[in-house]
Amino acid sequence: MKKIYVKEEHCLGCHLCETYCAAANSADGKNGERNYLVKAFSRAETPVSRVRIESETADSKGVNFAVQCRHCEVPLCVKGCITGALSVTDGVVSVDDTRCVGCYTCVLTCPYGCIVIPPENGDGATNGKRHIIKKCDLCVSRGATPACVEGCPNGAIVVEERA
Amino acid sequence: MAYVIIGNSAAAVGAIEGIRKIDAETPITVISDENYRAYSRPLISYWLGGKLGGDDKIFYRDADFYEKNKAFPVLGKSVTKINKDAKTVSLSDGAEIVYDKLLVATGSKPFVPPMTGLDKVEKQYTFMDYSSVINIKSALENISGARKILIIGAGLIGLKAAESFYEISRPNDKITVVDMADRILPSILDVSAGQIMQKHLEEKQVAFELGTVVDTFTVNPINGTQMAVLKNGKNIDFDILILAVGVRPNISLVQDIGGAVGRAIKTDKTQLTTIPDVYAAGDCTESFDVSSGTDKVLALLPNAYLQGEAAGVNMACTQLGNGSSVPYENAIPMNAIGFFGLHIITAGSYDGTELLVTEGSKSYKKFFVKDNKLVGYILLGDIERAGIYTSLIREQTPLDTVNFDLLKKNPQLLGFGKDKRKEKLA
Repeated sequence: MKKIYVKEEHCLGCHLCETYCAAANSADGKNGERNYLVKAFSRAETPVSRVRIESETADSKGVNFAVQCRHCEVPLCVKGCITGALSVTDGVVSVDDTRCVGCYTCVLTCPYGCIVIPPENGDGATNGKRHIIKKCDLCVSRGATPACVEGCPNGAIVVEERA
Repeated sequence: MAYVIIGNSAAAVGAIEGIRKIDAETPITVISDENYRAYSRPLISYWLGGKLGGDDKIFYRDADFYEKNKAFPVLGKSVTKINKDAKTVSLSDGAEIVYDKLLVATGSKPFVPPMTGLDKVEKQYTFMDYSSVINIKSALENISGARKILIIGAGLIGLKAAESFYEISRPNDKITVVDMADRILPSILDVSAGQIMQKHLEEKQVAFELGTVVDTFTVNPINGTQMAVLKNGKNIDFDILILAVGVRPNISLVQDIGGAVGRAIKTDKTQLTTIPDVYAAGDCTESFDVSSGTDKVLALLPNAYLQGEAAGVNMACTQLGNGSSVPYENAIPMNAIGFFGLHIITAGSYDGTELLVTEGSKSYKKFFVKDNKLVGYILLGDIERAGIYTSLIREQTPLDTVNFDLLKKNPQLLGFGKDKRKEKLA
């Protein structure tokens, strides 16, 4: 299956992938709103990115790379999920928002640190659903090319089939 | 040909999913003395607290789970005995069910120590299963006005119960927690982290009586309410009593037929007990904890699922004589739990050199390092990306091969060398 891979040699540490991911996966992005990027970031709740950039230095001059769910063959997050909210469909690990209670057992078990807990003012902050974890689903739920891949200005994030 | 599973919780579901990876056809019978399809035990406090988006969310798998997996639940019946020579199990209604491979996933039961006058307490409940919270909910609703709830046990179960009572509390409801230990959550927190969480719970009006036990349950002569007389001299009125002192593994079915048991059922790495064709998984078993190098009862859901899944794969492989068996390895104690928005993630054993990194009013971070390896950690407050620490323990990564100074500050893949990082992100 196609998965997302990163090329740290190409990563500028610009964080645009985070911006595109957060906006595309916000309600505005998923509803197909025009100018969803502007709309998503104008709301009281900050949209939450499923990808995060790690940078060696504060000014991004050293090593930078993006990290998002690896969609593991043995997904410890899914196996350890206490509610059954996390599951695998056709190799893609995704979360059922209606079942996640925010116990964060998946945060405890994910070896790559790819489960995202929304911040204080993040998605769900205004409707009591901030506890729901966020994670990359390869943009399958959007039915589109992963937003991080599309938004990367330097080809540092790719989605492809690898052996 | 048939697989039989005794128990219907996380380990049983793991086993069904494990068996079906190898063997798509052979029927699976699942026997449970509870009358529900598989539900998540840790969710009972969320159910009671009204935190689930609908009652059906307590179920661990979809309603068509058994049908899809060619599994046949036999509910509301208990297994009285395993007949290892005939390879059958006897049920409470007299029926016998034949097995080729049997899984014992019987979990654990509440442990209630003897207490004077306990038999006279009318509204007493344990906090282990769906039925108990259904009964507690109706008992709470049947009391008019403010209610007084007494919880014995300041462990994971007792405090999750306390939190759920708070969620559905009425004005002037009173929640008191008594524990023999002088601190809360002693199984997962050290003294300092326990104090932080205790303060946090006290802010939500949960009262603690620690380092003491109930001497006698009696009736308050003044108001006729039930009352606990504590060894520390205090008297506590209550309407409802919750017994959350501890749990004991259900080992008797295997013990009765001569299977090896320690504190729980002993198995090899394929989850096979010492009885041929009888496997065991979940809270009724011991696991080898790689962080301490000892056998422990790791009564936690992820462990139950993983053990059950491994058991299922191995049962199917040996049944069909094909496929390769999968050892269950890298088990460690680990917990993710939160109370009123303050989260805790812990893993491993608290042995070796202590490295305290953060200590604040709502935050705590401590590592335990031994022989060049991370063996345990406690995180309170900021728990982000904790799994990176968990993986260091499970994989027993030598700390001189990573940048532990960087990792200590924040869990991050930058803390691994370039090659290791590329391997992780491949």
